[in-house]
Amino acid sequence: MFDWRWEFVWQILPRLLEATGNTLLAAGFGYVIALVLGLVFALAQRSHFKPLTFATRETVEFIRSTPLVLQIFFVFYVGPQFGIMLSPWTAGMIAIGLHYASYLSEVYRAGIDSVPKGQWEAAMSLSLGPVRTYSKIIIPQAIPTAFAGMGNYLVGIFKDTPMLSVIGVAELMHTANSIGSEYYRFLEPYTMVGIIFLLISLPTASLLRRTEDRIRKKIGLRSR
Amino acid sequence: MKTLTKDYPLQLSGDDSPIVRFQNVTKRYGELVVLDALDLDVAEGEMVTIIGPSGSGKTTVLRMLMALEKIDDGVIYVNGEPMTHMEKNGALVRASKKHLRQQRTNIGMCFQHFNLFPHMTALENCIEAPIQVLGLSKKEACQRAEELLDMVGMLEKCHEHPARLSGGQKQRVAIARSLAMRPKVMLFDEVTSALDPEVIGEVTQVIRKLVAKHNLTMLMVTHQMGFAKEISDRVCFFFDGKIEEQGSSSQLFDNPQKERTQQFLSAVLEAG
Amino acid sequence: MSYVEFLTEFGPRLVDGTITTAQQTILAAAVAILIAVAAGLMRLSHNRLIYGAATVYIEIFRGTSLLVQLYWIFFVLPLFGLTLDKFTAGFMAVGMNLGAYGAELVRGGILSVPKGQWEAALALNMSPAKRMIRIIFPQAILNMLPPWGNLLIELLKGTALVALISVTDLMFEAKQINGSTFLSAQVFGTALIIYYLMARCLITPFMRWLERIMARKLGRI
Repeated sequence: MFDWRWEFVWQILPRLLEATGNTLLAAGFGYVIALVLGLVFALAQRSHFKPLTFATRETVEFIRSTPLVLQIFFVFYVGPQFGIMLSPWTAGMIAIGLHYASYLSEVYRAGIDSVPKGQWEAAMSLSLGPVRTYSKIIIPQAIPTAFAGMGNYLVGIFKDTPMLSVIGVAELMHTANSIGSEYYRFLEPYTMVGIIFLLISLPTASLLRRTEDRIRKKIGLRSR
Repeated sequence: MKTLTKDYPLQLSGDDSPIVRFQNVTKRYGELVVLDALDLDVAEGEMVTIIGPSGSGKTTVLRMLMALEKIDDGVIYVNGEPMTHMEKNGALVRASKKHLRQQRTNIGMCFQHFNLFPHMTALENCIEAPIQVLGLSKKEACQRAEELLDMVGMLEKCHEHPARLSGGQKQRVAIARSLAMRPKVMLFDEVTSALDPEVIGEVTQVIRKLVAKHNLTMLMVTHQMGFAKEISDRVCFFFDGKIEEQGSSSQLFDNPQKERTQQFLSAVLEAG
Repeated sequence: MSYVEFLTEFGPRLVDGTITTAQQTILAAAVAILIAVAAGLMRLSHNRLIYGAATVYIEIFRGTSLLVQLYWIFFVLPLFGLTLDKFTAGFMAVGMNLGAYGAELVRGGILSVPKGQWEAALALNMSPAKRMIRIIFPQAILNMLPPWGNLLIELLKGTALVALISVTDLMFEAKQINGSTFLSAQVFGTALIIYYLMARCLITPFMRWLERIMARKLGRI
């Protein structure tokens, strides 16, 4: 019943580690897309042009409320229907980048909203202009708040990369599936995937928490 | 406000023209009228204190003068020029952001909760706007800030972040920060309300010094009746968005005429 | 094929899938709430064993992917003699995963009740259980309802993964229809819209309603 085979683990470990590289690559690429696109969404939502604000907010809501795995299928299969062929990697990066951009836009927004009203008023009473107010007063204070959310979603995007296996991106989950169907053994590959995820996400999360505290201290805010 | 219903001068002229004039200023929050057609003149160098029950619109007066929010009717003049409005083709129109920003440099404000920038040291708080807005060199700005921090007794702590300062110390830095802009009018919005009793004195001492040594025009909202009586040239008692009664501090505190003023003062004195 | 024809032909299958998704969501939510309350309370315990057990559970489920957990529960657990059918494995995995996130909300909600309330209950000589149930929990629930609204939407989205172990939910039907017709935009687009409507027109209003009821009970409105 309980039949854990170490020699099988050593046999498949190189393949799993290689796939881990792909997983990290996918998470990294997707995150960069999400960081940039998220900022675009956030700024569009603060624009004074009402239709743009409205359209962006609804899009963000829609993306946030629907399953990523379905979005991955959508991006991958809808392209060819209109003659645009996307590789699994490209489609996956678009889908995961868009999905997390909608989360990150909220993080940016919450960061800016977390700066007390009095700070805006103090800046106003000193006649500071809008660019200066944002760059020197508001954004430096928004970063600690936003950083926590940004960190959470970095770990989140990493944990969501297994969904890319559904369109054949050769990341960890996909590799574990192949190994499982080749050898008819699922215990070791799936367990190893779980352990690899834990070994990466737990230290990353704690590192991010410590960095957040350091940022707070560095800019003279009390740590939480 | 689309059209101005009354006649407002494009400029205040004459030697005796006030440095601050509220003319028919109205502010509403939805249904609630916070300032009701307020007229108020403040002469150059005058120290005017505003007292009254909470919700009477006292703080709103200062916030409108700092142009932190828009007014719904009327015009505020500062230094002879309209502040909330500007001239365009011989008529007054609502001030542009640029006009507001320029006019705000005449006015300094200290807040109940200090609103120091937490990520900057005391000195950095004081030099940020002089460099960015007035275009001072860093050296000039530092020199000016150090003088002012010395004046408020905070020079030794000038490299500390606000989180490491007590409430009284923060408020003194905030006063120095506003003064560094060389405003013509200073506004004090309940600057001692958030402080522990034992440090109130260090802040009032700074304000006393300002009154004695500088010819600054000041508007102050406060709950400290003793301090108001001692320091004010004129005291305005606000009730329901209007000035119910005003006069010299001895007049208003020792011989109030209106019933509401008497009630308020006796209630406040009762509470000690 | 026009969109109307598409809907007439495949609508019933999408409706069937939607019903399964709704069932999965409700069952998974029940599992998640039970686990969240249990693990959240355990995380407040001074007993290190109880605290440690909850912490390990939470870290494992939050540290790995829902998809990994789902496959593990469905494919690996049978090797330990515990075989779940795919429907049960589906909502259990989703519920256990989101329960780990919910535990932190429960813990935070309880900690957000002011200390004075604990002291007042203590001063009235209430037993620990009474104190928690009668005084602390009702106030904590109101504080944690808004984040639970978001969590339930995450949970709904999470159920889409059960399609990958062949539970015939909305996602599964969409995939099947796509496979046989290649009308990808129509079928995946429709499925996305159904998920969106379930989140925005069922879960969100339901949570708002619950918040109002709780606020009224506590006399806050």
